[in-house]
Amino acid sequence: MLSAESLEKINREIAKYPADQKQSAVMSALAIAQDEKGWLATETMNFIAKYLEMPAIAVYEVATFYNMYNLKPLGKYKITVCTNLPCALSGGNVAADYLKQKLGIGFNETTADGLFTLKEGECMGACGDAPVLLVNNKRMCSFMSNDQIDQLLEELRK
Amino acid sequence: MTQPVQIILAGVDPAEPDNWRLRNYLKRDGYVALKKIIANKIPPEAIIEEVKKSALRGRGGAGFPTGLKWSFMPRQYEGDKYLVCNSDEGEPGTFKDRDIMQYNPHILIEGMLIAAYAMGVKTGYNYVHGEIWKTYERMEEAVEEARQAGFLGNKILGSDFSFQLYNHHGYGAYICGEETALLESIEGKKGQPRFKPPFPASFGLYGKPTTINNTETFASVPWIIRHGGEKYLQLGRPNNGGTKIFSVSGHVNKPGNYEVPLGTPFAELLEMAGGMRGGRKLKGCIPGGSSMPVLPGDVMMKTDMDYDSIAKAGSMLGSGAVIIMDDTTCMVKALERLSYFYYEESCGQCTPCREGTGWLYRIVNRIEHGKGRPEDLDLLDNLADNIQGRTICALGDAAAMPVRAMLQHFRDEFAYHIEHKKCMV
Ligand SMILES: Cc1cc2nc3c(=O)[nH]c(=O)nc-3n(C[C@H](O)[C@H](O)[C@H](O)COP(=O)(O)O)c2cc1C
Ligand code: SF4
Ligand code: FES
Repeated sequence: MLSAESLEKINREIAKYPADQKQSAVMSALAIAQDEKGWLATETMNFIAKYLEMPAIAVYEVATFYNMYNLKPLGKYKITVCTNLPCALSGGNVAADYLKQKLGIGFNETTADGLFTLKEGECMGACGDAPVLLVNNKRMCSFMSNDQIDQLLEELRK
Repeated sequence: MTQPVQIILAGVDPAEPDNWRLRNYLKRDGYVALKKIIANKIPPEAIIEEVKKSALRGRGGAGFPTGLKWSFMPRQYEGDKYLVCNSDEGEPGTFKDRDIMQYNPHILIEGMLIAAYAMGVKTGYNYVHGEIWKTYERMEEAVEEARQAGFLGNKILGSDFSFQLYNHHGYGAYICGEETALLESIEGKKGQPRFKPPFPASFGLYGKPTTINNTETFASVPWIIRHGGEKYLQLGRPNNGGTKIFSVSGHVNKPGNYEVPLGTPFAELLEMAGGMRGGRKLKGCIPGGSSMPVLPGDVMMKTDMDYDSIAKAGSMLGSGAVIIMDDTTCMVKALERLSYFYYEESCGQCTPCREGTGWLYRIVNRIEHGKGRPEDLDLLDNLADNIQGRTICALGDAAAMPVRAMLQHFRDEFAYHIEHKKCMV
């Protein structure tokens, strides 16, 4: 169900917690699974439940509670822009509007070519570097002027 | 004028990308405090006494005295105990813990080691904010370096002291910054806060005695042990010992982290941050992260940056996130965005918070969009009354306090919006 490489990563996470507390690795297991599959299908979550010996419902609870899990297929690149107040004071909304215009989509929408999904994010703990955005949960881009956004999109389109 | 000091942010230098590494940390007196404790077999109680003397207060938001918190851990307890670092930094405006972990990760590890030694703890977790993957990876690398060098693991530096440290990566939930929600999250559950009491010192992670501190709190400890609590206290002000990192964001020329002695005048901090962007006028400032009350610019200009002075001025130092707003800022719009945040992040357990944050947001939203009603301002005050102090955790208060303060200081602007259906600025 998951690649050997992903399972190895999950095993490394399990080893961080007491032997009878495998469930503690569920957040990272879901993140690792999402990195491999792009999103969390019910089968994927069921697999993780079995693997961590926990009820499937407890896995769904976690997956639906935390914002960074993808509960349905998204574009190849999920771009999350922070629009919280500190960022908004320094161009967070300008960046968000520019992205909407360039991609021709609103928040929570995906471009027709399936490349990009746009999301509105909350504070990423990087407010001094506003505007900031996150690509696929892992790559943070800082000081995103319109020019920088153009460059990023061009790079991702390649 | 006060100069920035570098105790916690020592080594931050964009030109020296390797400064975070163990070998560089060792050159900055790294692990000297730990070595001193182990070589001199300093008794755990003496360490807690030293931290008490320093007047170090929690840097995560509540400002609780750290030495006192450490003394709550049951000493004679036979089973497992845990130490947890709160690096979930999600309070809008705050970005200091990220820089500590990114540029000086070993200072956090050493601080946690000293705390673990003082409280007789063998296992620790560092809970890292979900959005900062690179920083999480950095922490993983730093922990591995420390392990290989014998600073983490069994029988540290040949003593009887053992401590294992693991990083846990969050995945996007502000509420997990609340300490009991964070524990639930490490246990692999939804991050919903627990009723207190029991407090974590008696019933914490996996039901075991647990102490939780903020990243910056732990990072302050090695210096205190090297130089003594008295000296640390003198860096700041009575009851407000040491230095504090302020994350300055918003309408300034040089947003960023500034580490200064507690008690530094706000006006000097503002100058360090390059002053107001475009030379504009300071309208308002939230001095401690978005959950704290906003203060008018003229009040701020007369305030010093320490716990007691900011409290006297009518707000709280909180996490040390200083959000600067100039005279082009529409306070209705500002509050609308903050209210949306608390509505979005409420975990939904308590009715006053789950329903109340939605009400707050919808009312401020309708005022912002020209659909406000004259009675709305009283309604907002009333709603805030019905949330504050009536919930399991402080997120309810965090949603209510900004509303009250905005109405207290900028009521005219809200009234103008309602009457004229447009913005004053
Ligand atoms: C809604 C909410 C969010 C919080 N977020 C954080 C946070 O991101 N980081 C943090 O250190 N403390 C946060 N806290 C405070 C913690 O509950 C706790 O008081 C703190 O981590 C204790 O550490 P300290 O004594 O070193 O400050 C938050 C509290 C609440 C109610
Ligand atoms: S106050 Fe809000 S966030 Fe805190 S426990 Fe209650 S519902 Fe959850
Ligand atoms: S408000 Fe955008 S990163 Fe903090």
